[in-house]
Amino acid sequence: MAEVTEQPEPQGVQIDLISGDRMEGLTSMEKIRLILDGVHEGNIVILERGLSPDEESKLIEVTMSEINPDGFNGIEIETYPQIEAGSGSFLERLMGRTGEGKLTVIGPANRIQTLHKDEELISAFVTHR
Amino acid sequence: MGLLTGLRDSISRAADRLFAGNEPKRIGIYGPPNAGKTTLANRIARDWTGDAIGPESHIPHETRRARRKEDVEIKRNGKSVTIDIVDTPGVTTKVDYEEFLEFDMEKDDAIRRSREATEGVAEAMHWLREDVDGVIYVLDSAKDPITQVNTMLIGIIESRDLPVLIFANKIDLEDSSVQRIKSTFPQHETVPLSALEGDNMDEVYDKIAEYFG
Ligand SMILES: Nc1nc2c(ncn2[C@@H]2O[C@H](COP(=O)(O)OP(=O)(O)O)[C@@H](O)[C@H]2O)c(=O)[nH]1
Ligand SMILES: [Mg+2]
Repeated sequence: MAEVTEQPEPQGVQIDLISGDRMEGLTSMEKIRLILDGVHEGNIVILERGLSPDEESKLIEVTMSEINPDGFNGIEIETYPQIEAGSGSFLERLMGRTGEGKLTVIGPANRIQTLHKDEELISAFVTHR
Repeated sequence: MGLLTGLRDSISRAADRLFAGNEPKRIGIYGPPNAGKTTLANRIARDWTGDAIGPESHIPHETRRARRKEDVEIKRNGKSVTIDIVDTPGVTTKVDYEEFLEFDMEKDDAIRRSREATEGVAEAMHWLREDVDGVIYVLDSAKDPITQVNTMLIGIIESRDLPVLIFANKIDLEDSSVQRIKSTFPQHETVPLSALEGDNMDEVYDKIAEYFG
């Protein structure tokens, strides 16, 4: 008897690296849409230069309004300051207080099991769908 | 925000402050879930008005709507300051209703609770951008203060030029470390306290009068 083989769902993780230049031309809401549309699809979004504090607060607000019990339960986010030689203490760098842009990693909370940051590394442990 | 609108906003904010006179300052109590924000808000309200603001709970997101206590008059060294206290839901970037199921809740209740929680957090963020004159940022001093949410929130508060006090709560706990909070946010004043036990409340009220009066 012939085996019926099911076509496997494509498995994997898409990572969107968004350059600072790409973000620069967008309004705050366009940036947030770009990020959350990617995250809704299960992607990990990496911003070369991150968001302003105001945009971060809007990102939280919009994320909250889009959480729903049978799908999306929010985001994980970590940031890294762009390190300029000799600028700021380790702690200031860790806390993202120096320089202009800060490297930012954002992903769907239900797929990122751990998002861990230490001095020189953000590591994300991502599960398949 | 465009440069011009930004400038206009900050001028009108400065003008608001200048002409505010003796209007009560609206002080938002922010911080992560379970830090003790409601316990603190209740203690302040009870100490100065006689009644409480809202229920405290070990279940995260007990406070799902910002609650306000108006015209709380705090008397300090012959002077008095009047503030409106706003107790906010703990800020987070994710809410999973399944977490509430662990607290013996029915699924429907858990879903409703998580929906209210998300609305409350969104509202609290909105207020932070539009509607508060100062912030008390409450942290559980027995926990690591270096989290993305704390970093982002403090950054947002700083970018709005709001006066802020950091409250290192739960100093009655064995694992409490006020120093860890101080060295994480060296640019801000940190006040140790136990909102539950009422420890160090004198300094708490001195600082509130000094910063928000
Ligand atoms: N040990 C200790 N527990 C506290 C203190 N303040 C609050 N709690 C407890 O922490 C839990 C969360 O308190 P709550 O005020 O509801 O936190 P909120 O989510 O920040 O509003 C409750 O079980 C409180 O009793 C404190 O100073 N010491
Ligand atoms: Mg509360």
